Amino acid sequence: MTAPSDVPGSAVHAEPEAVTVGMGTTIQGRSLGAIAWRRLRRDRVALGGAAVIVLLVLVAIFAPLIVALLGHPPLDFHYEKIDPDLQVANGPFGGISHDFLFGVEPVNGRDIFSRVVYGSRISLLIAFLATLLAVLIGAVLGVVAGYFGGWVDTLISRTMDVFLAFPILLFALALAGIIPDKAFGLEGDALRIALIVVIIGFSSWPYIGRIIRGQTLSLREREFVDAARSLGARSPRILFTEMMPNLVAPILVYATLLIPTNILFEAALSFLGVGIRPPTPSWGGMLSDATHWFQIAPNFMLFPGLAIFVTVLAFNLFGDGLRDALDPRSR
Amino acid sequence: MSPDRTGTEPMSTGSTITGSTPSPEPTEPAPTEREVLLRASGLQKHFPVRRGLLQRQVGAVQAVSGLDFEVFRGETLSLVGESGCGKTTTGRLLTRLIEPTGGSIVFDGRDISHLPQRAMRPLRREVQMIFQDPYSSLNPRHTVGTIVGAPFRIQGIEPPGGIRKAVQELLQLVGLSPEHYNRYPHEFSGGQRQRIGIARTLALRPKLIVADEPVSALDVSIQAQVVNLLEDLQDELGLTYVLIAHDLSVVRHVSDRVAVMYLGKIVELGESDAVYTRPMHPYTNALLSAVPVPDTQRKTKRERILLTGDVPSPLNPPPACRFHTRCWKAQDICGTQEPPLVELAPGQRVACHFPENVPA
Repeated sequence: MTAPSDVPGSAVHAEPEAVTVGMGTTIQGRSLGAIAWRRLRRDRVALGGAAVIVLLVLVAIFAPLIVALLGHPPLDFHYEKIDPDLQVANGPFGGISHDFLFGVEPVNGRDIFSRVVYGSRISLLIAFLATLLAVLIGAVLGVVAGYFGGWVDTLISRTMDVFLAFPILLFALALAGIIPDKAFGLEGDALRIALIVVIIGFSSWPYIGRIIRGQTLSLREREFVDAARSLGARSPRILFTEMMPNLVAPILVYATLLIPTNILFEAALSFLGVGIRPPTPSWGGMLSDATHWFQIAPNFMLFPGLAIFVTVLAFNLFGDGLRDALDPRSR
Repeated sequence: MSPDRTGTEPMSTGSTITGSTPSPEPTEPAPTEREVLLRASGLQKHFPVRRGLLQRQVGAVQAVSGLDFEVFRGETLSLVGESGCGKTTTGRLLTRLIEPTGGSIVFDGRDISHLPQRAMRPLRREVQMIFQDPYSSLNPRHTVGTIVGAPFRIQGIEPPGGIRKAVQELLQLVGLSPEHYNRYPHEFSGGQRQRIGIARTLALRPKLIVADEPVSALDVSIQAQVVNLLEDLQDELGLTYVLIAHDLSVVRHVSDRVAVMYLGKIVELGESDAVYTRPMHPYTNALLSAVPVPDTQRKTKRERILLTGDVPSPLNPPPACRFHTRCWKAQDICGTQEPPLVELAPGQRVACHFPENVPA
């Protein structure tokens, strides 16, 4: 039997490349973003990380509600829970009970659960804002350096080198010492948060900047940039319409991977006493306080430490998954 | 060429594609009175080579050193030569993506060789480029509609019926379906991508199209389709092409005239048939002898000219005739005195002291 469509010279073969679409339906193409999203949805580890991140953000937003339901105000002392001789909690496991889910702090008996919950606000807020600042500076300067090249590139690249070589921790320690309690129209926690955001943001932008500069350098050589130029496009259009959409993926990935680094940085600053001032709870500050007690009250160190660990791990897993989804070649 | 091979519907007439002013019907004037659309005189491009901490210039890559040629309205002029001979640089000079180091480019009676980008903008509508690599010439983050509509947006033109309608007509013109408007480049094959690039090039109804190796990145089976599409579009819209290529059989098929380049200079320029049948420059002869011929019976009669050695570096090109280091006919004069590009037969110019096939 011969298939009737195989008749030689059949007019069916007239258009080998012109794909005819039946019924005149409008076809919505799948963008690279949509494809990446499908890939991400299949990555269970990354989805797990994303779920934890969402949970953490919800905890930070609804901290007062959660504490009202499950804990005690984070600044309230509970001397009745403290053994007056040993200065640690009454009972086993650092005072963990249905009333105090993570136990109480030694000496003053503050609710560790409430303080960890409230600490997430400081950690996430500072990490997000500092990353935003770093991405803004890094992406703009990286694109400018990569696109314009020449002395602009030299100037920006050397500036990045200077920032990377800068002893930022020592600088932070020194700065924290000389900044008064009121400055720039801010005071208290707001001033400390702004200070830490600026310190972390300014120290981490070169990481993003270098990556974006490299990506821009390779994009600039692509012919679609020449095509836009030969159509008469000006530099701003080429930068923002042609190149930026191609830079969103790396920016997103490295921002996600920068957040956990910044969380750790904030914890380190608070641990060293130059971050958020007590009594405002922060994970790093709690760890710092707990160092004197970890042998007899390990729960004081365990829970803020776990919080940092889980947060950093979640962001890293999600960031890795995001990178795989957006750029399958990097796997 | 039947017009229906490029689209599902009969081709619309040129003036309705973008709604710009109707272009005059392409006429076929006699060769003697052909109108020059573009003239390059002494065109040069040197790329500085910088080294060291202070970025001192230690030399220059003489990519293009002194080209004289003209492009007639409605013709296809092909630039051929080995890789690295300056073909692509010439194309980028003609579209003013780069600025020439010396010489001049006169397009449509206007010297564009040193126009600043701002003054170049309106002229961009008239000179357009088709790019070599269809995988790199389309922005992967833009839809086909955005890519093909970009010329209108960049030039601030509102075609009658809207950009969407104009883009869909362009897609049809190059043999794609208007339904592809919302698709992304990665959903297309190489040949289809090149058609998208051609649609973008045609959007502004340019007078001159510089096609930089438009088919060399495509499968051989697709090459013919795209070449035929370019020919059809030329007939349809009265386009002028400068075709940059290294595949001599493709060139012969479509071009009216051929310019053979070697190390940044034109060594021979003439009507396509004349150059192919009576090559005068030894280099042209060698190039043509390297073209595979499917006719096995004649193979014994063909003489294969094998050039020895590599193309010299354009950083330090040989003096006088640049081909003399590899030429089997070279004499002392070839290394001391540069042969000028002179017309030895009607319409055929050659730069050689000892040309071949010279008419008596």
